[in-house]
Amino acid sequence: MARTRHETRTAAGAGALLAFVLGLAGGVAAEETAADQSEKEIEKYRAMINDPMANPAFLNVDRGEILWKTARGSKNASLETCDLGEGAGKLESAYAKLPRYFKDADKVLDLEQRLLWCMDKIQGADLKEILSRKFSGPGKVSDMEDLVAYIANKSSGMKFSAQVGHPKEQQAYAIGEALFYRRSSIEDFSCATCHGDTGKRIRLQALPDFTKPGKDAQDTMGSWPTYRVSQSQMRTMQHRLWDCYRQMRMPAPEYGSEGITALTLYLTKQADGGEITVPSIKR
Amino acid sequence: MKPLSISVVLAALSFPALAADKVAVPPAEVEAVVQAMFKSALEDWKPRVGQDETQRVCTDTRNNPPDAEAAKIKARELASIAYPEDGNVMGDWKKGEKIAQTGTGGQFSDEPGTVNGGNCYACHQMAAAEVSFGTLGPSLLGYGKLKNFQAAENKLALAKIFNAQSVVACSNMPRFGYHKFLSMDQIKDVTAYLMSPDSPVNK
Repeated sequence: MARTRHETRTAAGAGALLAFVLGLAGGVAAEETAADQSEKEIEKYRAMINDPMANPAFLNVDRGEILWKTARGSKNASLETCDLGEGAGKLESAYAKLPRYFKDADKVLDLEQRLLWCMDKIQGADLKEILSRKFSGPGKVSDMEDLVAYIANKSSGMKFSAQVGHPKEQQAYAIGEALFYRRSSIEDFSCATCHGDTGKRIRLQALPDFTKPGKDAQDTMGSWPTYRVSQSQMRTMQHRLWDCYRQMRMPAPEYGSEGITALTLYLTKQADGGEITVPSIKR
Repeated sequence: MKPLSISVVLAALSFPALAADKVAVPPAEVEAVVQAMFKSALEDWKPRVGQDETQRVCTDTRNNPPDAEAAKIKARELASIAYPEDGNVMGDWKKGEKIAQTGTGGQFSDEPGTVNGGNCYACHQMAAAEVSFGTLGPSLLGYGKLKNFQAAENKLALAKIFNAQSVVACSNMPRFGYHKFLSMDQIKDVTAYLMSPDSPVNK
């Protein structure tokens, strides 16, 4: 948690320093230009770190594969018979169609929720222990993050195909949309406060607009899970939304809750048709 | 009419922004999902999960309340504003600058006792030297100068920082004073940073 705080400060500090240096070069009358230049420098930095061969998140992908194939839990079973929506054990394109409705659970589930379902039913796994490591940290690996990295990577190069045909999927989508616009807490924020308009920035950070389908949502959703350089960890959308609610001054949302899944479905629908390239690497 | 149809119709009426082909979820169902999503919240954090009347209306109308609703919001939020007892709305602009730069406070990741920041630069341009500013809000570069450093304008600025929705119903800006997110002294310091002739905002 301390690191998340540090990240915010470091990011703002680095941005300010970079902007300061560029400001000196550009002169006082060129604030817009300086900001544009900063954005270009940041773009260059993004391109520089976006090298799959240098992306540590592929270690998560490898660990995830082992976790998927290893017999564990009270039933000493692997996850290889787990049905992520495309059939038992079929991983290709599964992530591109999640969250989706699962008949056996009679619920719309995202990848994390479905994995927990399979760990419980197939493996008899100790979910409490697994969830105590839901997010990785120094000296703490997360089975959930590793499995998501492995499975999402099996949809890399494919396009999102958001599932909104089943009535429960339609309901989840509508709840996700309502949550997106819902204002609350001690700063009156909703998701739409920061992601409700096109071409806006917070400090120097560009903000994707999620109120409409298209490129912003596609680029964003298609690049999670991602290796966060500033956190030295691979993170999933589950963590990104947890972090958004942190910044919105809300309490920590429940991991794998119906609300997080509904929001994820709403965002995935906005990203429909967008290409998945994961795990990516970001600041 | 079956009970289900009635609830669907009611939900559709309360969400005029939704297209007719979309599934409408009754607000109570959305709230149930929200409660479940934050069920482990500590007791003193629970009030943050709910909504006050203004948040609810702004949510339902997606920040575009009809005129009558907007007038009600502005009147209600205006009534919430407290002014400094001695009438002096201008604090220390140097402290105000620090508050404008600080984005921590009020987050579940913050250490207890963290002093809240106003984080003005997240959304606004202010002093010319600080080029790391956001664009969610309007530029405030030279704002005090633009208002001719009038005392009445200083008071209006304090009111807007205390409760922005007293001026613009469903504004995106947090109601800093209403929520006690910033103290009166902090609000005075930010007012001075924005309005003082000595502040870099007005240089």
